[in-house]
Amino acid sequence: MVKPVLNGMSIRLDAVRFDYGEMAMHFDASIEASSITAIIGPSGSGKSTLLNLIAGFEKPASGAIQIDDVDVTDLPPSLRPVSMAFQDNNLFAHLDVTSNVGLGRKPDLKLDPADIKSVQTAIQKVGLAGKEARKPDALSGGERQRVAIARALVRNRPVLLLDEAFASLGPALRHEMLGLVADLHRETGMTIIMVTHHPDDALRLSSALLFLENGRIVASGPAKDLLSDRGPALLRNYLGSKESGL
Amino acid sequence: MQMAAHSMKPLAGALALTFLATLAGGSLLSLVVEAFRGSTEGFAAFDSYLWRIARFTILQALLSMVLSVGFAIPLARALHAQQNFAGRAMILRLFALPLALPALVAVLGITSIYGRNGLIAAIFSWLGLDNVPDIYGLTGILVAHVFFNLPLATRLLLSSLDSIPEDYWKLSSQLGMGNWTQFKLIEWPVILRNISGVAGLIFMLCITSFTVVLTLGGGPRATTLEVAIYQSLHFDFDIARAVSLTLLQLCLTVAILSLLSLAGRPTEEGFSIRTTTRRFDASSSASRAWNTSVILIGFLFIALPISGTVLSGLSADLVRLMSEATVWRAIVTSLVLASLAATLSLAVSLSLVVAREFSATKRRYAKAGIFERSLDLGASLIMVVPPIIIGAGWFILSRHFVDPFSLAPFMVIFVNAAMAVPFTFRILRPSWDTAASRHNQLCAQLGITGWNRMKIIDWPVLTRPLGIAFAFAMALSLGDLGTIALFGNDSVLTLPYLLLQRMGSYRTDDAAGLALILAALCLILMVIADRGANRLIRRDSNNNG
Repeated sequence: MVKPVLNGMSIRLDAVRFDYGEMAMHFDASIEASSITAIIGPSGSGKSTLLNLIAGFEKPASGAIQIDDVDVTDLPPSLRPVSMAFQDNNLFAHLDVTSNVGLGRKPDLKLDPADIKSVQTAIQKVGLAGKEARKPDALSGGERQRVAIARALVRNRPVLLLDEAFASLGPALRHEMLGLVADLHRETGMTIIMVTHHPDDALRLSSALLFLENGRIVASGPAKDLLSDRGPALLRNYLGSKESGL
Repeated sequence: MQMAAHSMKPLAGALALTFLATLAGGSLLSLVVEAFRGSTEGFAAFDSYLWRIARFTILQALLSMVLSVGFAIPLARALHAQQNFAGRAMILRLFALPLALPALVAVLGITSIYGRNGLIAAIFSWLGLDNVPDIYGLTGILVAHVFFNLPLATRLLLSSLDSIPEDYWKLSSQLGMGNWTQFKLIEWPVILRNISGVAGLIFMLCITSFTVVLTLGGGPRATTLEVAIYQSLHFDFDIARAVSLTLLQLCLTVAILSLLSLAGRPTEEGFSIRTTTRRFDASSSASRAWNTSVILIGFLFIALPISGTVLSGLSADLVRLMSEATVWRAIVTSLVLASLAATLSLAVSLSLVVAREFSATKRRYAKAGIFERSLDLGASLIMVVPPIIIGAGWFILSRHFVDPFSLAPFMVIFVNAAMAVPFTFRILRPSWDTAASRHNQLCAQLGITGWNRMKIIDWPVLTRPLGIAFAFAMALSLGDLGTIALFGNDSVLTLPYLLLQRMGSYRTDDAAGLALILAALCLILMVIADRGANRLIRRDSNNNG
């Protein structure tokens, strides 16, 4: 298989404005190549929108998005160097694991031997060997997300976006998946951005952190600094209220 | 979301809309033109005879509605209270049957019970009573309409009772509410919210009921606008009268539909039979006895005519019937016309569904535009302009150019296809919209577009709903008598039309046999649709991939 030796790419959002119904969102951010960044914030603060803008599912009203110093603002999602995994609906329910992963290689599913080889390797790598012929409804929630990750692997794109991809999994499974992500990151050097509801995910992957509120990035920096007791008051409120809400 | 800028989807939607608009608009235009051409003659036809028919049309629909809903309330209540009633599931399944049966078949079943030679007459004469029941006229129309609509109303009301949260029943049994208090405080408010919709729906169905009135109505005393339109075109060839009747019918449907839109639509459960909510009260033996007898009466009312159809059909000389070339020709004609109508109906509604979703996705958070809203409206256009009006309009228009009767096959296909569109649209739309919302982003990211997307992603998801919709549309078309009655002649003989002919010439045994064949064909299709739909619901709830 093509060895996934990639270098991640840097991402920049320059004065990106997006109108979401009533709310005007405004993003300025710069994300280093091959870093892991976690995005946290209350619901409705624009976490998913931020990922959708980078992936190209949403178009900014103004501003520019650069990946690897190339302006991608007008590129359709399939032409951007980006893979994205969602919380649900990552897989086509009527296609088996191999086809679901294979679509990442060829959108018409006409796979040549090299494609098949790389699909098989990716499936092994995410620990699903032997389950190639299964349909999504015969997989557990964790296994489905593994298929989505395998597809991201065969797509070989330098940026991986995870939109609460592990939110519906239990704590043990979630940690397992984070481990898998960490392994892949070590191996491929992909730039990874993940939206999460669990601040400790960010600590676990020793990532950078973006804290969003009302469609703006209100705090950013290394997770272990922001999440410590000396972190900004805004963040302490969010985390505090979150704990008391549990 | 990025999409191919030059999509075929809006074009397909526009074509489907054009078809529906031409079909309905052409007939309306013809009626208006005709009304003004012979203006004196046309408006003179608004005489007292006409008003009497209009009054009777409304009267029978009102009575049918009151009787159906009035009995459906205690029946739905009883079925809801007796969750563990033996055979409850079977009864609910049985209650789905009348709507699946072609009206003509149901009419034969009803006469086999209440008719001059029916079960009740037989019991009377066995008892030595000589007042033979006469079903023809208002009585027969009401019995048939209640037969169709009581199960419908019961199922709709039952599903609204099922929507009462379980906690209410826990509370009411904890507070020791009596039967009447429960009805007043818990059940009635829920029923009240849905009853106007249910009643309106039934009223509308009865206003446009054709077959029942044609076969059970008794002469000019008990006839409705739709039947009078048919008679003035088919027997009297009185165009002026047909035009004024049709315009009157049109005004009536439009008026009722606008009232209905105020009343709101009943929540529908679709195909599935929802199972129980648990009731916690230990009901008294008196209320159990009451409930049981209500259920029993309802059951007999529906089950007797159905078994009547089956028994008299089986006692007919089926072997001889099946050796008649005419019968085979009718079966083949019916199947061919019905499949073509179903195919056309699917093409039209799928185009509407796909174009609607395309423009809804493209506009994102903006308001729906005119095109999208007309796609929605187009799907239910046939409700405003009933098949008989479309048929009558085109009949009147086409007689200037061709022999209207030569149009029979085309009219049957077009009108039946249009008739099925509201249903096929509603079967296809949820599947397509769900699939689209799940797949659009993924396909955009993976670059799966155009033909690839159709082949790999959309088609596999669509096959089952398409199959269901096809079976449903075909059953609807197979059982339809309206259009073929208007245009029918001996060269295009469908099964319902042959059945009507045999009834008309008092060959009752033949009619019973044909009815059984027709019912079997429709039921097979309906069972296919129902099974498929249930599996579809299960599949959707199982995996969110």
